[in-house]
Amino acid sequence: MKTPILEVRDVRKQYAAHTALDGVSLVVPEGSIFGLLGPNGAGKTSLIRIITQITGADSGQVLFRGEPLNPSHIGRIGYLPEERGLYKKMKVGEQLLYLAQLKGIPKEEARVKIKSWLERFDIKGWADKNIEDLSKGMQQKIQFIATVVHDPELVILDEPFSGFDPINANLLKDEILAMRDRGTSIIFSTHRMESVEEMCDHIALINRSKKVLDGPVREVRDAYRTQTYEVEGKGRLMVMHPDFEVIKHQERENGHFYDIIRLHAGAVPNDLLRYLIGPGNVEVHAFREMIPSINDIFIRRVRETHPDYVPTEEEMAVKG
Amino acid sequence: MSKTWLIAQREYLTRVRKKSFIIMSLLGPLLTAAIFAVPVLIATMSDNGKVVAVADAGGLFTDKLPEAKDDISFTRVSADLPAAKAEFNKAKYDALLYVPKLDMANPEGFRVFSRKGLGMSLQRDIERAVNNAVETQRLRKAGVNGAVLDNLKSDVDLQTISLSDDGERSSSTGASTLIAYICGFLIYMFIFIYGIQIMRGVMEEKTNRIVEVVISSVKPFELMMGKVLGIAGVGFTQLGLWLVLSYGIFAVGAGSISPTSVAQERVDRTTAVVQPRVEKEKKAAKDNNAVSEFFQAAEKANINIALIAGCFLFYFLGGYLFYGALFGAIGSAVDSETDTQQFMMPVTMPLVLTFVVAQATLTTNPNGQVAFWMSMFPLTSPIAMMMRLPFGGVPMWQLGLSMLLLIVGFIGTIWLAARIYRVGILMYGKKVTYGELSKWLFYKG
Repeated sequence: MKTPILEVRDVRKQYAAHTALDGVSLVVPEGSIFGLLGPNGAGKTSLIRIITQITGADSGQVLFRGEPLNPSHIGRIGYLPEERGLYKKMKVGEQLLYLAQLKGIPKEEARVKIKSWLERFDIKGWADKNIEDLSKGMQQKIQFIATVVHDPELVILDEPFSGFDPINANLLKDEILAMRDRGTSIIFSTHRMESVEEMCDHIALINRSKKVLDGPVREVRDAYRTQTYEVEGKGRLMVMHPDFEVIKHQERENGHFYDIIRLHAGAVPNDLLRYLIGPGNVEVHAFREMIPSINDIFIRRVRETHPDYVPTEEEMAVKG
Repeated sequence: MSKTWLIAQREYLTRVRKKSFIIMSLLGPLLTAAIFAVPVLIATMSDNGKVVAVADAGGLFTDKLPEAKDDISFTRVSADLPAAKAEFNKAKYDALLYVPKLDMANPEGFRVFSRKGLGMSLQRDIERAVNNAVETQRLRKAGVNGAVLDNLKSDVDLQTISLSDDGERSSSTGASTLIAYICGFLIYMFIFIYGIQIMRGVMEEKTNRIVEVVISSVKPFELMMGKVLGIAGVGFTQLGLWLVLSYGIFAVGAGSISPTSVAQERVDRTTAVVQPRVEKEKKAAKDNNAVSEFFQAAEKANINIALIAGCFLFYFLGGYLFYGALFGAIGSAVDSETDTQQFMMPVTMPLVLTFVVAQATLTTNPNGQVAFWMSMFPLTSPIAMMMRLPFGGVPMWQLGLSMLLLIVGFIGTIWLAARIYRVGILMYGKKVTYGELSKWLFYKG
């Protein structure tokens, strides 16, 4: 297997009386979008601050392309923190140049890169404007450019969509996918799980300082399949079969119906389909597997590991 | 290190390009000149160039009027009081002294008329003049002749000598005090103005939320040092500009604005009103401008300008770095300016205290116990030592120890500040207490 871009091994971090990370291990494969998911206060930001070398771990190891993390990696990582901002009284061009130079890019090279990024976002004319004269959406674009201007191999985005308006959020989404296609690895941290599940290739769920689940999105979903299917159609649906259980039945206008049906162990979807279209039965219009959302999986997983689990307010907010 | 340099550069350039910096650089010397010039001007205007009319009915000043002194001159008017009053009103004299018919054993009945009330010093001068005249009259009555009387007069100017290990040295407390205050005040002001700029800068980065973006590229320590050094550069630039501009103002303005020439002008005017009795030599002596007078005084006082300038730079920079680190730490621990109060107190107290104590002891007893301890303790030494040095007599070992302690103290505070800073800048929306701060010191990397 190829060396992963980032590997976190049994990292622990303690703040006074509060344990932020309790033996977390992760593998972020190269060239993928990795979702770091969990409620607020779960430890995501603590982990990211260790990866970006803002703080250090109490114990454990972080490997960047197989090497223990060291200051030479700083310029190869781009980080968009949740708490972000820019110098208000500085000009856009100067600000980007300054931040790129702090990442270790020589001045002239940085100028060229900034120019091409401003062109890509079609905002070449802004270079001489003060940040405070820009609208919020414009500032967000500059902020994003500041994160990626040094062409990092790994980009870490902490709650990237918070504060972005829908138009810029879409733009950002497209840019993230484009970066992934160019081979950049991306770590995506958020508590709004539904917002990223369609983008992520891999995910890790973190709850109360511990990793509760990780793996490729498809595998995680498969492991948490509930074997329930939505069926829509016309006619009088009567399910009388030991392998199938109707969870929900809805009569709709003109003899239409909507049902949720669970398969019992051993049965496969085709069995249900065959039964439905069998003689004397109904006309099927739609047949769809009910895929659990990452959010549902998270809650199920947490319940499995902690039977007495009561969600905190933060976690309830996520569920809602 | 190159990143610290980059940060210092940004801090420096953004501040130096601000309009407020340019305005302050230009106004500073003018304000300073004004601070020094206004009291002198006020003094010259109120006390000098007064003309006192004398209505001598008692014949006290028959031989001669009192000599003009301190720019107060006397002129004779009619001995008859009503006529004298009329003359007084017409000629715009400042005061009218009426000398009645006198009983030399018990002289009384002197009256002074004035338009707006007499100043303290003018009243004193007139009293002295009358007393002198009465004394002279009495002595003459007692048979003392004129030659003896002239010999009796003396005008004493004290020359102060300080005794030290190096032997006798002529010292001028006036020049020493002036240098001590200028040095002390500059350091005090610089630490305050630029220390608070560091604090504001740190707070600005924190409230702007840019700090985490920056901190993912550089170490917190580098960010803090870059800021402290960059702002120090701003301070030095400002100080340099002030010195150059002040010198320019003095050089250009000495002829027209300097206090002595203003006084001279007044005298010239009064002499025009009265009569040309001011000696030409006196005028020539007064033409020296203030700057060269000061340097002459310093030279006479045997003040080691080179040593003081060197030490000033050291304590100026050392004191700033020492306090700058502390101000940076405060800025990192709070979210808004109002929260800074509780932490500012213990930091600014020693500064203010040094200045207050300076008035009482440092300049009057520059080599005493209090002065010694204050010039050793790093929180107070930058100001205290600079206020002792101009008076001389500070042993080399004390100076060396004080400098060493300041360096050690600086390393200590920068360590302390860096640890608070590193935790503080990432801590939002939390009221921080001293207990909390002390915990931060022991957090691991």
